[in-house]
Amino acid sequence: MQQRKRTFIYPLFERFWHWSQAALIIILGLSGFEVHGSYRLFGFGNAVRIHNTAAALLLILVAFTIFWHFVTGQWKQYVPTTKNLGAVIRYYAIGIFKHEPHPVRRTRYAKLNPLQKLVYLGFKLLIFPVLATTGLLYMFANTFDVPIGPVAFLHALGAFVLLSFFIVHLYMVLTTGRTPLAHLKPMITGWEELEEESTALSAAPESSAD
Amino acid sequence: MRTRKALSILVIGVGSLLLGVGLLLSAAPAEAAAPLAAVAQGVAQGSTADHSKFEILKGPFATGPEVTAACLTCHTEAARQIMKTTHWTWEQKVQDQQLGKNNVVNNFCIAVSSNEPRCTSCHIGYGYKDRSFDFTQETNVDCLVCHDTTNTYKKFPAGAGHPTYEPREFPAGSGKIWNPPDLAFVAQNVGKTSRATCGSCHFSGGGGDAVKHGDLDSSLINPSRELDVHMGVDGLNFTCATCHTAVEHHIAGGRYVMQAKDVHGIDVPGKDDLSRASCESCHGLAPHQARQLNDHVARVACETCHIPAFARGDQATKMWWDWSAAGKLNAEGKPFKVKNAEGYDIYDSQKGEFIWERNVVPEYVWFNGEFDYTVVGTKIDPTQPVIINALKGSAADPKARIWPVKAFRARQPYDPKTNLLIIPNLFPNSPEDKEAYWRSFDWIAAAQTGMASVNLPFSGEIAFVESVMYWPQTHMVAPKEMALDCEACHSTNGRLAALTDFYMPGRLQHEGLTTFGTALVGVVLLGVLGHGTLRLLLRKGAKKS
Repeated sequence: MQQRKRTFIYPLFERFWHWSQAALIIILGLSGFEVHGSYRLFGFGNAVRIHNTAAALLLILVAFTIFWHFVTGQWKQYVPTTKNLGAVIRYYAIGIFKHEPHPVRRTRYAKLNPLQKLVYLGFKLLIFPVLATTGLLYMFANTFDVPIGPVAFLHALGAFVLLSFFIVHLYMVLTTGRTPLAHLKPMITGWEELEEESTALSAAPESSAD
Repeated sequence: MRTRKALSILVIGVGSLLLGVGLLLSAAPAEAAAPLAAVAQGVAQGSTADHSKFEILKGPFATGPEVTAACLTCHTEAARQIMKTTHWTWEQKVQDQQLGKNNVVNNFCIAVSSNEPRCTSCHIGYGYKDRSFDFTQETNVDCLVCHDTTNTYKKFPAGAGHPTYEPREFPAGSGKIWNPPDLAFVAQNVGKTSRATCGSCHFSGGGGDAVKHGDLDSSLINPSRELDVHMGVDGLNFTCATCHTAVEHHIAGGRYVMQAKDVHGIDVPGKDDLSRASCESCHGLAPHQARQLNDHVARVACETCHIPAFARGDQATKMWWDWSAAGKLNAEGKPFKVKNAEGYDIYDSQKGEFIWERNVVPEYVWFNGEFDYTVVGTKIDPTQPVIINALKGSAADPKARIWPVKAFRARQPYDPKTNLLIIPNLFPNSPEDKEAYWRSFDWIAAAQTGMASVNLPFSGEIAFVESVMYWPQTHMVAPKEMALDCEACHSTNGRLAALTDFYMPGRLQHEGLTTFGTALVGVVLLGVLGHGTLRLLLRKGAKKS
């Protein structure tokens, strides 16, 4: 029989990082697609100013966050693994419809399932660096003497991929918990009710995290 | 004790904050205004000679050349300097093309040849009535037209550069009498050039006030700052010569070769003060506070944003001229004119149909400073509009910038057998000149005389072809608060919509990417919706069973 235990899973900085990053990415998306020419919202000049300011704030935030990841060792959360990866994919493709239990239990030592590890690592090592690099090149195109056409192309491509990630992320967070807010609340309060079979297992991090 | 310390820290803190804000608010405008105002004043003052005290200028003078002879007794080199300039020669060789007013064609009154006495009322000399004019005679130079300060000296419109020496009517039959100027009075009151003297010709290009340029007309004689931020009498009060600096009467700036991109920047007097006829000469290469705006300087001419419209003054400018409509006569068989509500001619039997406009949004082109001119004798392609002065440049040309232009369109005569633009004899050069179009209303006769005057063949047939001429806009620069905002260009159907050879943020480009991205997001949305719906259906199914 499974029990639920209230566990402190997201420390304050991680929650601050998540929500400020979320806000900045939403602002960047809204202003960025206006700069791309998709619609008119803030007015082009304002959109550029908003986008550049939000981008600078995001870079500062990311600098602190990288520091936090290494100082706290939280970077290990993102080390990819193939263990249970197939099972998780199978779960979201088939099992979830049959009301099977999730194949991987979440603990404070393994906050991410193997699929999440892969996707978030991809975000951190591919999408974000591409957006940041092309964004800086875009911003300082004259200084670096690069043509903005191709730079804008890559930047917008990254933005479309990130937008897709954002949609799936929202869907997963809001619909796969026991209640719609079950996955949202912990990112606000830091506390989550985690299912566990025995306290002994959850106290042994290596067993499920890596 | 501690309270006093805290209080003093507070006072010092607030004090320095107020001081800082005060400095920020006061420093910028004061710095910007002071040196420019000094320049403007210096131009208006500073002569060390009172010309009314010179015996030789007491006169009387019967003709303009007599005045020039008097001027040259002191200003010994002035005429020879003038003779080296295009103001005098009407010739300018640019690469392989021989340009200058003697050689170019336009789509206003078309060409000088065979119409000299009328056209040369804007020549800087006296007596250029035909090709026999003596370009070496120093007394033929007209000093007064540029150096008059009395506003009483005027060249007679049909006087080949002379003022009238007796009361004369012009235009014939108009009842408007031109009186001779008091040449001695004018000669004793010479001085620096002014907006009015330069404007006596340059505001009337194309045969009348405001006709030709779009950014030059008589409203610049006494302009407001709002019309021209540099020349405004309520602002910096520049004259033309403040920017169009002169060395030995050679005046900086010009139409046949333009400086479309000044990469030199500020010209320091005494060091490299060669010419101030570019914005960068004073404003430098990074004139804005915002880096994003300065990023435009390399590819966008200052004028593009800072001249939001042309013909912003008192005058409308001519935008269309249809020569093919000319020649209609009224019931009495006489030529006539039709005016619009504002008093502008919209039909003239001598010239055809016109359209006039005010506050015109310019067209925009890439321009590297070079033109490809259609000149007298250039073969044209009559199947499409003739571009009389094609502006060279493209996004791929690093010397080119985006420039605002007045595109002046017209329909003008050409010879369908030879594909040559017709050089018509329009103006009756003498009482005996019966061929001139403005007397004969006969294109064939006018073309025969005109084409013969430039030694070109004429088949005897006349047809009309559309043509366009581009006038880069540089004057009537608006105050910065009137400059274009970003969206004027950075939007999908903005002002630069016709320039498609480069990527510009804010207008939807990269069509393939946008399609792919939209499809990707659409597929993801559908996938999520499908996944969710299926889960919802299966849960209900599970509950029921």
